[in-house]
Amino acid sequence: MSINVRARMNSRHYDELLQASSMNGVLQVDDASIKSWAPPVNGTVYGTLLNDRKAVEAMGQQLNAAPYKQPPKAPVLYIKPINTLAGHQSDVELPLETDELHVGASIGIVIGKQASKISEKEAYDFIEGYTLVNDISIPHDNVFRPAIKEKARDGFCPIGPWVVSYADVTQPEDLEINVYVNGDHKQQFLTEDLVRPIPKLLQDVTEFMTLFKGDVLMIGCGHDLPKVTAGDTVRIESAELGVLENKVRRVQS
Amino acid sequence: MKSARVAYEGDIFHAALMEDRLKLSNGKTVTEEEVVWLPPIQTKTCFALGLNYMDHASELEFQAPEEPLVFLKGPNTFIGHRGRTKRPQDVTHMHYECELAVVIGKQTKNVRQSEAYDYVAGYTIANDYAFRDYLENYYRPNLRVKNRDHSTPLGPWFVDASDITDPMNLKLRTFVNGEKVQEGSTKDMIFGIPHLIEYLSGFMTLNPGDLILTGTPKGTVDTKVGDEVITEIEGLGQLKNTIE
Repeated sequence: MSINVRARMNSRHYDELLQASSMNGVLQVDDASIKSWAPPVNGTVYGTLLNDRKAVEAMGQQLNAAPYKQPPKAPVLYIKPINTLAGHQSDVELPLETDELHVGASIGIVIGKQASKISEKEAYDFIEGYTLVNDISIPHDNVFRPAIKEKARDGFCPIGPWVVSYADVTQPEDLEINVYVNGDHKQQFLTEDLVRPIPKLLQDVTEFMTLFKGDVLMIGCGHDLPKVTAGDTVRIESAELGVLENKVRRVQS
Repeated sequence: MKSARVAYEGDIFHAALMEDRLKLSNGKTVTEEEVVWLPPIQTKTCFALGLNYMDHASELEFQAPEEPLVFLKGPNTFIGHRGRTKRPQDVTHMHYECELAVVIGKQTKNVRQSEAYDYVAGYTIANDYAFRDYLENYYRPNLRVKNRDHSTPLGPWFVDASDITDPMNLKLRTFVNGEKVQEGSTKDMIFGIPHLIEYLSGFMTLNPGDLILTGTPKGTVDTKVGDEVITEIEGLGQLKNTIE
């Protein structure tokens, strides 16, 4: 059985539908004629911190100590600005001042129509579909202040390769993503572990800010994020969404 | 040169100031009240500075930061001159922040302080409202405090960089219902414009249209429903907003 996915390829400035089907348990396309992939989204890309139960548990008593003082109540968000966005198979540059990067494998909810103060019940009506995101950071343990310098570097947000329509993702509450570095399995992240599942997250975020058509809201990253260094290939894989692969290389001074 | 973006009779126009009237890009002249004022810049990436004036940092009982405290804002938060900003019912402390907004004009990376002004297209005024009840200690200040819908008035004008001789020596003042409540000068910024441009471009590419909101001085007090808040910067005009 095949489905249509929406992608932007080969330096074109418009999107195209590609036929995709499951091969070896993962959604794939025939990419023989595809030379390059661009991010398949136009809007603002938002990330969600600490939306994985195991990531919250891993913080343990730190959540009640200074500087945090108590566990978060509202969703904690951040923005991956436009300079960070990159496509499938792009290279992620390792800045000179660090030897390793954190891989923040996530699923991006692609907004289908303007969403403001929506309820959990109607949340899925506002979703165009889903895509894979690799939210790259320079490792930082302290999350008291916004991590702009750690998260907003050029090319630090590979996204894609395509958007799978909401209608083709029958159980969004039960997705699994796996991260491989140079072929070795490093991390598994399950949407069943979310503190705020997708509908609840959309309800709580749109309570205070509008999401526009084309915006992306990442559901969060898992815990124990894999680290990568120059020369590593990162592969984020989901049976329903496909494979997002990127290589890390040292930035030339 | 000052220019605005306004909506009038079903279309969007650029507008210039002609005596006390607006001249639209279709040649018509209209009054300030006849148009809907839009933010003069449609930004992709907006940086904002926390605690960038010593007196404001002390007012909030914070040490001055050793490195710029930067956060980002999304497009949902901007609103034009003469707009309305909602005060949520459960909020007990919502305050304005009069800030000089710097508009980047050319793409740049790794620019030095001495050349930073070459990359500035111009300036406008931002009122970067904060809703202190929603502060939590994760990526603080977070988007629920600083990125609410319509809570960052911007404008009225985009003012060309060449019109502002010394952007690091401009008076800022805020009036609530006509009473002066905040006064300061951009010369008291901890990290000035050239420093901020060098800092940001040192780790990421800045693009034309990017905005840097440079922080606010001392004098932030709670505002109530119905209050008319005017944020003013010398040479840039007065940005009006009403709390609803």
